Amino acid sequence: MSVASMATTHTAKTSAQDSAGLLVLDDLSKRFPTPEGTVVAVDHVSLSVKQGEFFSVIGPSGCGKSTLFNVIGGLISEYEGNVTVAGERITGPHPSVGMVFQEESTFPWRTVIENVSFPLEIEGMPKAKRYEKARHFIHMVGLDGFENRYPSELSGGMRQRVSLARTLASEPKILLMDEPFAALDEQTRLLLGDKVLQIQEELKQTTMLITHNITEAVQLSDRIMVMTYRPGKVKRVVDINLPRPRTSEIVGSDAFGHYVAQIWTDLREEASRGLTEDEGRRVTRATR
Amino acid sequence: MNRSALARIPGLPALFGFGCLVVSILAFEILIRAGVINRFIVPMPSQIAASFERVIIEEHLLERFVLTFKECFYAAILITLVGVSLGALLHRVDLLRRATETWVAAAASAPTVLMYPLFLVIFGRSSTTIIMMAFVAGLPPVILKTIEGLSGTRRVLINVGRSFNLTQSQMFWKILFPAAMPTIFVGLKLGLIFTLINVVGVEFLINFGGLGQLINDLAERYDLPGTYAAICFVILVSVVFFVVIERIERWLRPAD
Ligand SMILES: Nc1ncnc2c1ncn2[C@@H]1O[C@H](COP(=O)(O)OP(=O)(O)O)[C@@H](O)[C@H]1O
Ligand SMILES: [Mg+2]
Repeated sequence: MSVASMATTHTAKTSAQDSAGLLVLDDLSKRFPTPEGTVVAVDHVSLSVKQGEFFSVIGPSGCGKSTLFNVIGGLISEYEGNVTVAGERITGPHPSVGMVFQEESTFPWRTVIENVSFPLEIEGMPKAKRYEKARHFIHMVGLDGFENRYPSELSGGMRQRVSLARTLASEPKILLMDEPFAALDEQTRLLLGDKVLQIQEELKQTTMLITHNITEAVQLSDRIMVMTYRPGKVKRVVDINLPRPRTSEIVGSDAFGHYVAQIWTDLREEASRGLTEDEGRRVTRATR
Repeated sequence: MNRSALARIPGLPALFGFGCLVVSILAFEILIRAGVINRFIVPMPSQIAASFERVIIEEHLLERFVLTFKECFYAAILITLVGVSLGALLHRVDLLRRATETWVAAAASAPTVLMYPLFLVIFGRSSTTIIMMAFVAGLPPVILKTIEGLSGTRRVLINVGRSFNLTQSQMFWKILFPAAMPTIFVGLKLGLIFTLINVVGVEFLINFGGLGQLINDLAERYDLPGTYAAICFVILVSVVFFVVIERIERWLRPAD
C-alpha cells in the first residue's frame, strides 16, 4: 500500500473511530479443542476501547485473559467474531498494536539500548537516529544511565520497564499489556504504576492492560472490564471516575476503596468458582 | 573468608592450576628417580625438557606443528560452517529432522576413525584425508547442539518477534540464532575435541605429516623423552584452540 493511500484510509476512518472506538471486539469467541473436550477460553466478548483510553481487563487466572491478549495481538489468528483496530480486521500481528508480555521478554544478548531500539532496527532506521529515539523512551521509563547494561544485570522490575520501553519505541496506536507486573512485589508494582500513569499523561497512549490485581487496575484505568471464569465472558464494565493526573497516593482515598470493594465483590464469585473447579478437577484426577 | 570468595581473587584459580601442574611434574620426577615408576616406560620430566631442543631442531617440529595446526583449523572451520548450517536446516524442516536426528546422534558416538581406509581411497594419503576425517568426527555434536539451541528458544522471545512483524530471516538472525548461541558454542567445543583428537590420531595412523606422525616415528625409535615432548606440543595445539574459541565466545556473547 502506498503512503498516500494509507493516509486517506486513515483520515477517512478517524471520524467513524471516535464513536466506534480504536479497538473494537465484536462478539469475539475463542475455543481450544483439547483431548478432554473443547475449552471455551473467550465467550462472546464485545467491547470498544476509545482513542487515548486506559482500559483494563481483570479476571481470575485461567479465565481467558491471555487468550484475549493473543487474539488482539494477532498471535492467534483464528477466532470467531470480529476484532478490528482502526477499522482493520486483525488476522495477524498488526503494526498498530504493541505487546508487552507477562513473562520476561528482554533479549539477554542485547544491552538495554539495543533492546529498546530493536523495533526501530527492524524498521531499518539508522543507528544514530534509533539510539537517540531509544534514549527518549529509556528516559521515559526511568532507566537513564542503564543504557549499556545487559538484562542479567537488572532487577525484574527494570527488565519489565525495558520491555515496556521497547514496545513504546515502536509507537503503537494501542499498547497491550498482559500482566506485565505480575511477577513483581507490591511496592515495585505500585511505583511502576506511577511510571505508567506518567507515561499515560505524556503520550495519551491508548492502552489495554490485562491484570488480576484490583489495586493496579483501579489505580491506572479509565474503565475496567471484569471477566467471568470459564467460559470467559464479560461480567461487568466499571467506569473509574477518579481525577487525573493520578499517583499511587490515590490508593489511600475513600473513592478508591469503594471501587476496589465493588470490583472485589464481582471478582470474588468468579475467583472462588475457579478455585472450587480447579480443586474438583484435581480430586477427579487423583481418584482416577 | 569462605571458599567462593577465594575463587574470586583474580589470578588465583589460574595460579592454583599452574601450581598443581608443577607439583605433579615434580612428583613424577621424584617417583621415577626413586624407582617407584619404571623409567623405561615413563621418562623423567627433566629428560623430556632436555629433549625439546633436539626434537625441535632435528625433527622439524615447528613445521609439523604448523601443519597439524592448519589441519585442525580447516576442520574447525568446516564443522562450524557445515554443522551450524545443517543444524539450522534440520531445525527448519521438521520432516528432515525427525528422519535424521537419531542417525546424527548415532554418528556422534560411532568410531568414525575406523573408516580411514575409505578416506584414504577417496582423498589419498594427504592432509585432505586428515581434515575430512576430523571434520566427520566433529560434525555431529555441532549439528545436534545447533538444533537443540534453536528449538530451545523461549516461546515469548519468538512472540516478541512476531509482534514486531519480523520476516523469517529477521526472526532467524535477530532472535533464534542469538538465543541459540550459548548452546551452539557447547556443540562447537565438543566437536572441536573430536576434531583435534582425530587430526592427530589419523596423522599417527596413516603416518603422514604433522605431530601425529612424529609421535609415531619417535615411539617406533623408542625415543620416549622425544615422544612425550611431541605430545606436549599436541597439547599446546588444543590449548591454543580452546583459548581462541573462548575468546571468540566472549566477544560474541558479552552479556555473560
Ligand atoms: N493453546 C491452548 N490450548 C488449549 N487450551 C488453552 C490454550 N491456551 C489457553 N487454553 C485454556 O484456556 C483457558 C484460558 O487460558 P488463559 O487465556 O491463559 O487464561 P488467563 O490468562 O486468564 O490465566 C485456560 O483454561 C487454558 O487452559
Ligand atoms: Mg495469563
